[in-house]
Amino acid sequence: MATTKKKVKTIKIDADKCNGCRGCEIVCSAFHAAPQYGEINPAKSRVQVTSHRLKNIWLPVFAGEYAPAECMGRDTYVIDGKEYDECGFCRAACPSRDVFKDPDSGLPLKCDMCEGEPKPKCVEWCLNDVLTYEEREEEVEEEVKLDDVEVGLESLINKHGLAKVIDTVTRMTQKE
Amino acid sequence: MRYAETGHNLEIDLARGNIERVETDPKVMETHLGGLGTSIKLHWDRVPPEVGPFDDGNMLIFSSGLFNGTPAFSANRTVVTFVSPQSHLLAYPMMGGFWSAELKYAGYDKVILRNKSPNWVYLWIHNDKVEIRDASHLKGRGALETQDLIRQELKEPRAQVAAIGLAGENRVFTASIEQSRSSASRLGGGAVMGDKKVKAIAVRGTKSINLARGAEFMEHMKGVTEYINFRNANPIPDVMTILSGIGSPQEMVHTDEKWHTENFMWGNARTRRRDFWSKDNQNNWITSQSAAVKRLISCMNCPQHCGALVSPPEGPYFMMKCFGKLTYCMGAYVDDLSFNFKILQRATEYGVDSFSTPQVMAFAVELYEAGILTDADFEGCPSDKEGRFFWLLDRIAHREGIGDILADGVYYAARKIGKGAEEFDHNTIKRHEQLPLKLGTLDPLYFLMYSTNEKISITQIEGQWPQSAFATKEQREAFVKDWPQLPDEKFKQYLLDWEIRGDHAIPYFPTPQMCSEIVDWMEMLHNIDDAVCICAGMSSFCLKPPYHIHNYPKLISAATGMDLDEAGLKKIANRSRNLHRAFNNRRGMTRADEKPPQDHWKRRFPEIEEDLLSTYYKFKGWNMDGIPTRERLEELDLAYVAEDLEKRGILKNGND
Repeated sequence: MATTKKKVKTIKIDADKCNGCRGCEIVCSAFHAAPQYGEINPAKSRVQVTSHRLKNIWLPVFAGEYAPAECMGRDTYVIDGKEYDECGFCRAACPSRDVFKDPDSGLPLKCDMCEGEPKPKCVEWCLNDVLTYEEREEEVEEEVKLDDVEVGLESLINKHGLAKVIDTVTRMTQKE
Repeated sequence: MRYAETGHNLEIDLARGNIERVETDPKVMETHLGGLGTSIKLHWDRVPPEVGPFDDGNMLIFSSGLFNGTPAFSANRTVVTFVSPQSHLLAYPMMGGFWSAELKYAGYDKVILRNKSPNWVYLWIHNDKVEIRDASHLKGRGALETQDLIRQELKEPRAQVAAIGLAGENRVFTASIEQSRSSASRLGGGAVMGDKKVKAIAVRGTKSINLARGAEFMEHMKGVTEYINFRNANPIPDVMTILSGIGSPQEMVHTDEKWHTENFMWGNARTRRRDFWSKDNQNNWITSQSAAVKRLISCMNCPQHCGALVSPPEGPYFMMKCFGKLTYCMGAYVDDLSFNFKILQRATEYGVDSFSTPQVMAFAVELYEAGILTDADFEGCPSDKEGRFFWLLDRIAHREGIGDILADGVYYAARKIGKGAEEFDHNTIKRHEQLPLKLGTLDPLYFLMYSTNEKISITQIEGQWPQSAFATKEQREAFVKDWPQLPDEKFKQYLLDWEIRGDHAIPYFPTPQMCSEIVDWMEMLHNIDDAVCICAGMSSFCLKPPYHIHNYPKLISAATGMDLDEAGLKKIANRSRNLHRAFNNRRGMTRADEKPPQDHWKRRFPEIEEDLLSTYYKFKGWNMDGIPTRERLEELDLAYVAEDLEKRGILKNGND
């Protein structure tokens, strides 16, 4: 199959360097405000620093896709002697928690990498190099996208055979 | 719409359990900014001089400043104001951490507490919902422990909590208010909070703060950011390591403690150990610190790492910063640094000031050695130095036995004990324990700062000016070459002319007039920091800082929408300082109180000292008693203060 090139944007997080200042939350919310920088509210930030100070946990997490349902993930991970909730790593705005939802509207928030800026504002604002912006090109398979009707017809043909589907469509056309 | 500030305070009457959300007058920001500035105004208006520290009428205010919660780096201070049980004057210890930003996101600039709760309570502020909750189950719990217990109880891991420990509950005069990695420690705020039976204040906010001209504000912040990066990459040469960078002294990063351990006094500000930094002790200190420090951490929106998460040799993790790393070792004459980490963990949970408390304990040990305190007072006390300090700390926090007397701090304890104990109170100013420093020749700048500042704690008065003259002309020239923070170019010449020895050295130089100008500059910047709640470590407390008199007006104007220039900002800082001074004058403070300990310098110069004080008072527009004149007060739109002082006979007609 043919391949195509796609630009992949990522933020690498070195949580060991995080001093827990939450500056990323401040600048993210300010950048996405209207008017820009006119309003600050970390609860509206698309990056959140989960912290449990006395357990030595500081973990910046970026908002990802919206999940309409809760997942089963309630596991805990122990890394370097520190216990993390699976939820703590999760990027989804989901019904089980308030994180990554606009506190006023309840609508989900998602990191957009500060589209149009040379690099995301949180990366620029973090003077401790916890966040590193990376762009890379990846070869991806060229997908042939079917539209909804084609998807439906294809499944009918698979089930009933092409002849029967044509017959049925012709008959329905004549009736009209 | 209100900009930078939220425009609302929480007014809580603890006796009646009444909570009100009160809109503030926008004009007050124009005249007093915020933070310390607007809090002083509230104390002046509402707390008459008859009110004692443990009276119902002693207001306890937790205040944010104009920049908390905004993108201004290092805007993380919370100013706590109250009449101090030690000084009986208006104290304003500050803490860093995360609390003030959260309070503003919840929609409030200040929490104003008056009267006393009948039972132990904590406050829970969650946006528009504010509750006074039962805290009987938290009584006796540690100050750090309490913060996590409250977060668990409320199921709010993101709540920020300021709490007192046992010392605050027992109204120990050196009790602190602890919060995250920070604390408001000086002058007994924890005791006043405990007297009101408020164990903690928890806050969580998810609302917005607005900036008047946000894009412009961010443009100005670019310059600040560049300068932070520049200063982090370029420490100042020819000064001590600890003074070379920005941020609070980087005690958690640096392990070289030759300067502190050999120049500061050990015990009850008593002994200088000039040969302490031996190979063995160095090894011990470096090893102990590397083993204890688990991570370097900061306060809200600050790129520095002045604090650390610490794992002491015994006991749970805690967080610490700054000079507390050394004070218990030095107070107890213990050479092993791991002792300091161990005892500081317990002291943090009790919630006590790590400047004053070790001095109180060292004072007790001296009295015991001098036979003024006896075996009966020390019954049950271990005989080793470490054990003795742990024992004393427990007694003080519980106010048990001799601890009950020591809990009032060195000044009051000395007078209660008597029998010559007063002689051992040799390191307090205005009844408050000072840094353990005893030096050679009178330093005119420090004489003024120690004597006159309302802060009564040198580390939060000094900062802009080098602590001593540079040895060579080349060093001086290099230092003044790049100094954009100066309020006036003439200061460069003062520094160039300032020498280590001779007529142009201390105590004669800088001259009293120059000293007044330099001190005024330092105080002004501290007052501005405390109004916007920028950490002094990124401004007034360090040499060549990112924030200064030239960029502050631009940042404040963009944030608030006011059009403030340097002259306007200076006037506000001046107004704030004069109102603060008048508040203290009204409580009886005069020239007679304005003096450092007699033995602070070995070589004193009474005539120069009198001249310094008089010149400084004149420069500030105060009379020779240290009271602002009517003329000065009127210039600062404080005629109502002059009237009050005159009515009370404090300011006499024509007495200037």
